[in-house]
Amino acid sequence: MLIVVFLISEALPVLRHVGLLRFFTDPSWHPAEGLYNLTPMLWGTLFATTGSVLIATPLGILSAVFCHYYAPPVLARPYRHLIELLAGIPSVVYGLWGLVVLVPLIAEVQPPGPSLLAGILILTIMILPTIALMADASFTNVPQQYLRGAAALGLTRWAIIRGVVFPASKSGLFTGVILETGRAIGETMAILMVCGNVVQTPSSVFDPIRTLTANIALEMAYALGDHRAALFASGVVLMAMIVALVVSAEWISRERLYGSDSEQTTESP
Amino acid sequence: MAQTLSRPQNLREWFAVALVWGAAALVTAVFCWLLGDIVWHGLSHISWTFLTAPPENAGRRGGIGPILVSTCLILGVCLTVSLPIGIGTAVLLAEFTSDHSLFGRITRRSLDVLAGVPSIVFGLFGNAFFCKTLGLGFSILSGGLTLACMVLPILIRSTEEGFRAVPTSYRLSTAALGLSRTTTIVHILLPAAVPGLLVGLVLGVGRAIAETAALIFTSGYVDRMPESLLDSGRALSIHIFDLSMNVSGGDANAYASALVLVILLLAINGTASWLATYGLQRKAVTV
Amino acid sequence: MTPVEPITGPRARHPLEERSVCQGPQSLIEIDRLSLYYVDKPAFQDVTLSINKGCITALVGPSGCGKTSFLTCLNRLTDLIAGCRVSGRIMIDDLDVMAPDTDVIQLRRRIGMIFQKPNPFPLTIRRNLVFPLREHGLRDRGQIAQTIETTLRDVGLWDEVKDRLDSPALALSGGQQQRLCIARALALLPEVLLMDEPCSALDPLSSGVVEDLIVSLRSRYTILIVTHNLTQARRIADHAALFWVQNGAGRLIEVGTAKQIFEEPRDPLTAAYVSGMRG
Ligand SMILES: Nc1ncnc2c1ncn2[C@@H]1O[C@H](COP(=O)(O)OP(=O)(O)OP(=O)(O)O)[C@@H](O)[C@H]1O
Ligand SMILES: [Mg+2]
Repeated sequence: MLIVVFLISEALPVLRHVGLLRFFTDPSWHPAEGLYNLTPMLWGTLFATTGSVLIATPLGILSAVFCHYYAPPVLARPYRHLIELLAGIPSVVYGLWGLVVLVPLIAEVQPPGPSLLAGILILTIMILPTIALMADASFTNVPQQYLRGAAALGLTRWAIIRGVVFPASKSGLFTGVILETGRAIGETMAILMVCGNVVQTPSSVFDPIRTLTANIALEMAYALGDHRAALFASGVVLMAMIVALVVSAEWISRERLYGSDSEQTTESP
Repeated sequence: MAQTLSRPQNLREWFAVALVWGAAALVTAVFCWLLGDIVWHGLSHISWTFLTAPPENAGRRGGIGPILVSTCLILGVCLTVSLPIGIGTAVLLAEFTSDHSLFGRITRRSLDVLAGVPSIVFGLFGNAFFCKTLGLGFSILSGGLTLACMVLPILIRSTEEGFRAVPTSYRLSTAALGLSRTTTIVHILLPAAVPGLLVGLVLGVGRAIAETAALIFTSGYVDRMPESLLDSGRALSIHIFDLSMNVSGGDANAYASALVLVILLLAINGTASWLATYGLQRKAVTV
Repeated sequence: MTPVEPITGPRARHPLEERSVCQGPQSLIEIDRLSLYYVDKPAFQDVTLSINKGCITALVGPSGCGKTSFLTCLNRLTDLIAGCRVSGRIMIDDLDVMAPDTDVIQLRRRIGMIFQKPNPFPLTIRRNLVFPLREHGLRDRGQIAQTIETTLRDVGLWDEVKDRLDSPALALSGGQQQRLCIARALALLPEVLLMDEPCSALDPLSSGVVEDLIVSLRSRYTILIVTHNLTQARRIADHAALFWVQNGAGRLIEVGTAKQIFEEPRDPLTAAYVSGMRG
């Protein structure tokens, strides 16, 4: 709460001097010359987040499906441990690996290497455990009776998963997606290390980008005056994104609560 | 249910099997690659001297001694501050506010939001508040305080869970004995909530150790041995970042430091899951 | 793979022949020395039984004697339970149920199962019916709609739900849910219905409705029903089989026509058990 107050109070000067609009209409981001266009960075954040969420969600859910329904028990346990382990690895380490291994690989395909693509891939790896663990937890909560009922109807394993397990764990999966999106938006270090940090709206996945978070991390050290305040303003933007996410998640879980309430009251005759 | 639901029957089922196994194989492969890479490159550089010696030549050679010390100090500050506040707030939330009171709801909601706030935003806040407003400058103290803000939400929520897991009958029976509320809390509830607290603590420490972004502009960059809490000190994760981004030829030591960090975290997470499964009979708090 | 009649829309309704099919000694399911173990603990042992086509056979017996376990053998739901071991032979027509190369998917389509607790999927009423049909290869929308209507009419649910087919199935009452589950099974045109205490989670009224439904299904389907309600078993069953726990494992004690079991039981245990009904 104090944090919000502070962010806003620090951001205020720039809002007063520069005005909200100029964050979007200025020709470029040259804070030294008083030009504060945030849009390229917004796009950067947006592209990197969407890309990684799009890749990580199916992969993560399939991983959980693997653990639960396909893997023999000898494989399922180590696999789950692997995912848990990955959830705990710090982002600098992912960044280091991306920088030393991934970026040169991409550079071979299409220079320069540090790029939106590298960012998306690293983010994917980072947020995958989040969605995988969430999906895993919500699959555990799918009542056995659904599975037995479906099996008794002679449905194939995949049909059961698609037709019964997914709908039954819908809200859990959704919360997982929200959480991973939040993580992707807020991620700083790994992105900073592999994305190239050129302020531009990317035109292909091989273009370097700079995200809002990376921008703050890069320029905070020497920013003064309005420039500094502009960085705080981008912090406010980030914060707003997260709040929007949390609120929508809340809204969905409320919906689910009411849903299950009515289930319970009507289930007992 | 790791059981086979049924044997693959038709094309679609085969396709699904291929897809699921493929995804799992891909994920495993990437992760083994990543971990293998770090262990492979890092292991050859780790030695006792590496852990204790000061970095030389901007970290290209030498060790990480002072950096480990700074990291520990930052953590220490973070814990000394966040533990009392965390427990206090959790007690307040769990015992003195009902689930539906306005205050409780608002606090809980904002904690949930805070838990999701990007660490860089905490960094901004720390920079503005601790470094500038309180005049602490780039120092271990401001870094630790910033981290404390960051781990508080986790700590509070899991401690609160711990309190809520204590059966109401305990409370009723102590009340029936005519004990005061404070006595109840100190003698009955706190011990019972220790497991939850521990899990939260370990998770919080894990998050704090892994943190980089919030520290860059609060605790600073200086890689000397810190002399006091007001000195700037470089945390392990920042060291890795700096070596790989700003120091050409620092990769080897970066890898070694990364390995140290990963091992530290593994130990911490191992403790957390051990606590969650064996130390107590309650669900692990997953972050 | 055994050739199974493809689902091509609702089967022409047999005129209700009332017990006529059942009177002939035409056996559909032959069970030979069937035993089932959970890890090493036997649930039931050495059950030999033949089930007549078109009849309602009631399985009765005290709790824990292995009735549910017995039913799950017939559609190989036992495959889902870790550590569950089955020995013996089950023949349905000329299909060897326990053979490893039996196509369980087709088997389970031929044998519908109704559980004690109604278990509609957390989908809409319509999806509950459509989804299994589609998975079994029925694509034609018209036929699907047709099948939904006929099966829902069969279970007497059509008038109650026809206006809210797209509302969640879990919002139905318990009795309605159970009938929906029966409809879901019937839509796949099974030959055999296994019912595990289908009325025990229901209030007396819904229970009566479901019971009437079961009676109306007689002769179109071969029905095995587990029930603890002996008066109910007596009202609806053609045949009855009594299970009992002996030496820590369930056994088949006596089997015969319902009339014989309930009125002139041969085994003293049976006599004691059914007299509990009178007392
Ligand atoms: N999945 C399982 N794992 C281990 N043992 C089981 C399992 N399911 C059932 N059993 C045991 O097998 C025995 C028979 O159980 P079953 O459910 O078949 O009895 P039942 O006759 O259906 O009882 P009820 O009338 O109460 O439903 C019981 O002793 C039970 O404890
Ligand atoms: Mg039973």
